[in-house]
Amino acid sequence: MLTVPDKPAPLPGILGPKSRTEWRRLQNRLGGRVMGGMAAGTALLVMVMVAALLARAWPILRCKPLGELLLGTSWHPLEGAFGFWPFIVGTLWVTALAMVIAVPLCTLCAIYLAEYARPRMQRAAKPLIDLLAGIPSVVYGLWGTLTVVPLIREHIGPWADRHLGHISLLSTAANPTGYGVLAGGIVLAVMVFPIIISVMEEVLRSVPDGLREATLALGVTRWIMVRKVVLRRALPGVIAAVVLGFSRAFGETMAVLMVVGNVPQAPRSIFDAAYPLTALIANNYGEMMSVPLYDAALMGAGLFLLLVVLGFNLLARLILRRAARRAM
Amino acid sequence: MRRSLLWKIEEAVMKGLMIGALVLVLGCLLLILGTVLWRGLPAVNLTMLIQAPQGGFYTGAEGGILNAILGSLYLAVGATLAAFLLGLPIALHLQVYAGRSRLVEAVRLSLDVLWGIPSIVYGAFGFSLMLFLGMRASLLGGIIALSLVELPIMCRAIEEVLKMVPFELTESAYTLGATRWEVAWKVVVRQGLPGITSAILLAFGRGIGDAASVLFTAGYTDNLPTSLLRPAASLPLAIFFQLGTPFPAVQQRAYASALVLTAIVLVISVLSRLASERLSRYVVK
Repeated sequence: MLTVPDKPAPLPGILGPKSRTEWRRLQNRLGGRVMGGMAAGTALLVMVMVAALLARAWPILRCKPLGELLLGTSWHPLEGAFGFWPFIVGTLWVTALAMVIAVPLCTLCAIYLAEYARPRMQRAAKPLIDLLAGIPSVVYGLWGTLTVVPLIREHIGPWADRHLGHISLLSTAANPTGYGVLAGGIVLAVMVFPIIISVMEEVLRSVPDGLREATLALGVTRWIMVRKVVLRRALPGVIAAVVLGFSRAFGETMAVLMVVGNVPQAPRSIFDAAYPLTALIANNYGEMMSVPLYDAALMGAGLFLLLVVLGFNLLARLILRRAARRAM
Repeated sequence: MRRSLLWKIEEAVMKGLMIGALVLVLGCLLLILGTVLWRGLPAVNLTMLIQAPQGGFYTGAEGGILNAILGSLYLAVGATLAAFLLGLPIALHLQVYAGRSRLVEAVRLSLDVLWGIPSIVYGAFGFSLMLFLGMRASLLGGIIALSLVELPIMCRAIEEVLKMVPFELTESAYTLGATRWEVAWKVVVRQGLPGITSAILLAFGRGIGDAASVLFTAGYTDNLPTSLLRPAASLPLAIFFQLGTPFPAVQQRAYASALVLTAIVLVISVLSRLASERLSRYVVK
């Protein structure tokens, strides 16, 4: 007699063919969820950072008006006076000077690398510029104190004094040490070279070759082509590269801290000492827990930095994104 | 006729300026490396590499920077590991799973923004996180802050690599019935392995040189790092503190420490290049 089993024989192993497919589907779905969750967490991280710093800075934001904090010029934590103005001005001076130095140099470099250099030259320059990006900021600071500061003290400062001393913007009278805005600006400029050059080069490369060929066919020289066509087309991206460089310089800490002199005053000359916000935070973390509101003030400075950099970065990225979409 | 002459002059002048700018930029690189080498080489010696600071180290007495070297390695290894474990799935998700949804755009944008946030802000954030959790300055705190600094660098570098995986390869895997999960981990990761290795090394190099984020979170100590919950020294901070003393003998040690740090970063950078070249032999072209 033939016996028909009422149940199918157990499948070999725990996961038979049917349930194996099921398992793979489950793995695929669950894995995707987990990975997607992690990605979404990154998107939340920015907001969490803003919230955490806001929470730490809340005590001082609650008891002092924002205008007094940002525009007040008196910084005496022991007496409860927290005016960030000298530090904000210090940051702006150093960053602006860095951009004045870096932007023309980087634009020229990027144009050369994107439009003129042979492929071999491009391949050789890229790792070197990446290397410049990889040098730790404290080493930049060391270089600043060993090379840039003495150069300013012994050569640039006296020279400016002799020839341009009557211009108050270039007076060394208040601070002949060499540690000051100019030193900070030079060191920062060198630090932002790599990011500005690499973003700008990429932007210039994304300009379609057809435009170049059409322009050159009209019989103009290569530079005229760059100036009248490539740069105009790439302008939003070039601006974004500058903004990215600016925000990087804005938040740089260690290198600036080491060369900028750290005197809480609004500088009047590029040889004056300054005290950027980042240096303020880094220098005072040790005593901030022992003075009331001091830690809230420093975390508030961190929040201010974060918000400014966030704003600039969003701006630059949106410009770049729009430019990339247009280039396609 | 005159116009084309003007154009030619302009061309020559601008080309000269461009080459000048390039020479200046690359010259700065050489100058920095040269300065570190020239000041650091006479100051570096074996005893300072294998000793922790002894009493009176910061006034010029005996001792070395082993605490900082070890501390930096622990910090950077821990942070790189954490950033890798978070960064690889995120990059895979963006590249394999996600299409062009709004969420993906938001994640990309926030990675870009995170990449631009200064490390001192990560330090301040890590510090407020630690206050919230009731932690003291410790190796663990430093690792957490540093891994946040490294995360966007890692994600971006890995994603760049994954973009290069030929789409025929993934398409054929899908044709054979593979799920996205299998494509991600069995095809894309293997194909991208050389690039992923160099991305890890890149993030490690950035992490080991970062000072501002570990300043609050890891603290500083003269002891060798022994526990995750104790403070740990780091090379960048060692350089900073030693340079800040008025004693030339201690400043000499700062130069030597800078040489050690720069050497580590350079070696990592060369290794990362080698990794992407050597390992690419095993990749489907």
